[in-house]
Amino acid sequence: MGFFEKLKSKMTEQTDAVTEKFKEGLTKTRDSFAEQMNELFAQYRTVDEEFFEELEEILIGADAGVSTVMELIDELKEEAKRRNIKDSKNIAPLITEILAEKLDKSGQDTALNIQEKDMTVILFVGVNGVGKTTTIGKMAHSFKQEGKTVVMAAGDTFRAGAIEQLDVWGDRVGVDVVKQQAGSDPAAVMYDAIQSARSKGADVLLCDTAGRLQNKVNLMKELEKVKRVISREIPDAPHEVLLVLDATTGQNAMSQAKTFQEATEVTGIALTKLDGTAKGGIVLAVRNELDIPVKLVGLGEGIDDMQPFEAEQFVYGLFKELVEEQEKENLN
Amino acid sequence: MAFEGLAERLQATFDKMKGRGKVSEADVKEMMREVRLALLEADVNFKVVKKFVNRVKERAVGQEVMKSLTPGQQVIKVVNEELTELMGGEQSKIAAAQKAPTVVMLAGLQGAGKTTTVAKVANYLRKHHNRKPLLAAADVYRPAAIDQLETLGKQLNMPVFSLGDQTSPVDIAKGAVEQAKEEHCDYVLIDTAGRLHIDEELMGELQEVKEAVQPDEILLVVDAMTGQDAVNVAESFHEQLGVTGAILTKLDGDTRGGAALSVREVTGVPIKFAGVGEKIAELDVFHPERMASRILGMGDMLSLIEKAQTNVDDERAKQLEKKMRSADLTFDDFLEQLEQVRNMGPLDELLQMMPGANKKAMKNIQVDESQIGRVEAIVRSMTKHEKENPSIMNASRKRRIAKGSGTTIQDVNRLLKQFEDMKKMMKQMTGGQKGKKKGKGGMQLPFMQ
Repeated sequence: MGFFEKLKSKMTEQTDAVTEKFKEGLTKTRDSFAEQMNELFAQYRTVDEEFFEELEEILIGADAGVSTVMELIDELKEEAKRRNIKDSKNIAPLITEILAEKLDKSGQDTALNIQEKDMTVILFVGVNGVGKTTTIGKMAHSFKQEGKTVVMAAGDTFRAGAIEQLDVWGDRVGVDVVKQQAGSDPAAVMYDAIQSARSKGADVLLCDTAGRLQNKVNLMKELEKVKRVISREIPDAPHEVLLVLDATTGQNAMSQAKTFQEATEVTGIALTKLDGTAKGGIVLAVRNELDIPVKLVGLGEGIDDMQPFEAEQFVYGLFKELVEEQEKENLN
Repeated sequence: MAFEGLAERLQATFDKMKGRGKVSEADVKEMMREVRLALLEADVNFKVVKKFVNRVKERAVGQEVMKSLTPGQQVIKVVNEELTELMGGEQSKIAAAQKAPTVVMLAGLQGAGKTTTVAKVANYLRKHHNRKPLLAAADVYRPAAIDQLETLGKQLNMPVFSLGDQTSPVDIAKGAVEQAKEEHCDYVLIDTAGRLHIDEELMGELQEVKEAVQPDEILLVVDAMTGQDAVNVAESFHEQLGVTGAILTKLDGDTRGGAALSVREVTGVPIKFAGVGEKIAELDVFHPERMASRILGMGDMLSLIEKAQTNVDDERAKQLEKKMRSADLTFDDFLEQLEQVRNMGPLDELLQMMPGANKKAMKNIQVDESQIGRVEAIVRSMTKHEKENPSIMNASRKRRIAKGSGTTIQDVNRLLKQFEDMKKMMKQMTGGQKGKKKGKGGMQLPFMQ
């Protein structure tokens, strides 16, 4: 069974609703990506240097990053040679196969580390404006739907209006928010939140933090302290440290992932704003070079549009048209 | 994932061709490859890169580079020139309507930093142009966006016009302009909700706002960290709104900011401001030529020089220099010097602005601002007598200083030693005949580890 067929059969096992979300959310991404790929296959009948150069550009254009793309192209060239692929049409499945492999590199678990018996603490970190507070609001909603008791900690005490923003989410979702005044010590907010969440018997505590650029040493230190305070209160917490990344971000995402990982031992990535035309190719680079798994993706502005990440869904979303076209050809 | 500057990239290429005397066409090709990679790594859109490299190549293959004795520098020069030209030669100013108020609308994707930027621009207009702005809270979608603008307005002591989040942005914009007229405000700055450029409904709403208040300036707010997609975003906002300028935010990060080039290339409009910090005052007029160097990874020497000039008091600098020459530096002078350096901004920022700052060597210098605070605390815990005569320091005094500054005796000792070394170095530098002997590590400032 070829890779496309495998992918297709796997997808049919998935719940249709989830597949639909990915398809919809990635419409714009897919359109331009698949369009470009189709053009590529139409323009180059045979797999040669120029074909690879063009492919390189498409991938770089998706923000996949120069070094990751170079690596990918080299691998492709070798595989194509090994399998004696000369027709450009036949290389399409190979490309998707290698991409999916890269995204699912070490078979890391992309599921969130949820504590069955104890309270799960999730800390959200990231640079300014990536959508931390919104992501927390949506996560709170989805945990609540599962019947869990959720508490949110308003740890962004710096940005004007940030506490109010989380408060609005609290009202909207029907979840308690633990907060202090603007300007107070975020570590103290976390301490309070843990005590309060415990006394309420909460299942999940979602901790917001202020956005900070990763090259501000002092602010990164402050974040380390926030995490330290959480760990002091609950030894194995935070159970997840999620780095929120904006899908429109370019190569700087690598620097963000690296520095935040050093400061807070990031356990996963929440990739937001994937419903625009940005292709989120950085996911590929981050996974490939830093080995941090993507755990969540934001596929729209709706409250339900935060979804668990699945590499195959992601690749399927990108290559849907190609997969279908191949199928048609196989039938003929 | 080394973010090497173009200069370093090219250097590696030249090292390979050293000793061959002449530069061949193949060499130029190799160099252009490096230029291309450098720009792609800086997030310049690949289509923009393609066009750009072709332009540079034309000039390079021509006489300019190949005949030059220093082809590397020639290539950088050509690239820098072309880049600066593309960025738009000179800085540009914000519009002023013939009849007040001037209406300025800000638009952009979610999280680009529009609300913060509205406050920054308002502050800039008041501080540098003595204008009276009114802020209009027309982001009715993001929870608490109006609260955010109101809080910022309070901090600035500036009026904020809002009608809650149940009124349409069009009515809010109209109302704001009306109020500005009544209260004789010079500017109305309209904050709008972040939106995707492909969201037809919300883009239509912006067009309606535009129709209703006819802004004199429509500024696209772009996150400096944006990747390849900057082209699509800029193109679509420009097509649908006809933007008149752009503002680049979060430029205080460590991104190269190639998005600036993409935005400029596809819209042709000038970038007018750059957000360079979290504080309201941290907004700079955009300098195209400096951005060119930054994208190329060549440091931002001009900004550094400017920072130094505006923050270091000439008179005091002269006095200090005199003292340094006579080598009777006291801890008071030291403190003053520390303060002047500090006034120039975060130290790691300064270091980054230095050419070559991206080199590996710089990475080992960890500037820890809290470390400076510690040094300051130690010096401030000294008596006046001690500051002027560090030599009287004994164990009991050190113990007291350590206690007073919340540090350890080791910290105090280290500072005293570094201070002595510094004085010695100065003696050598300022013409002591014995000065030929080189200090072993060069000058080591107390906050460098």
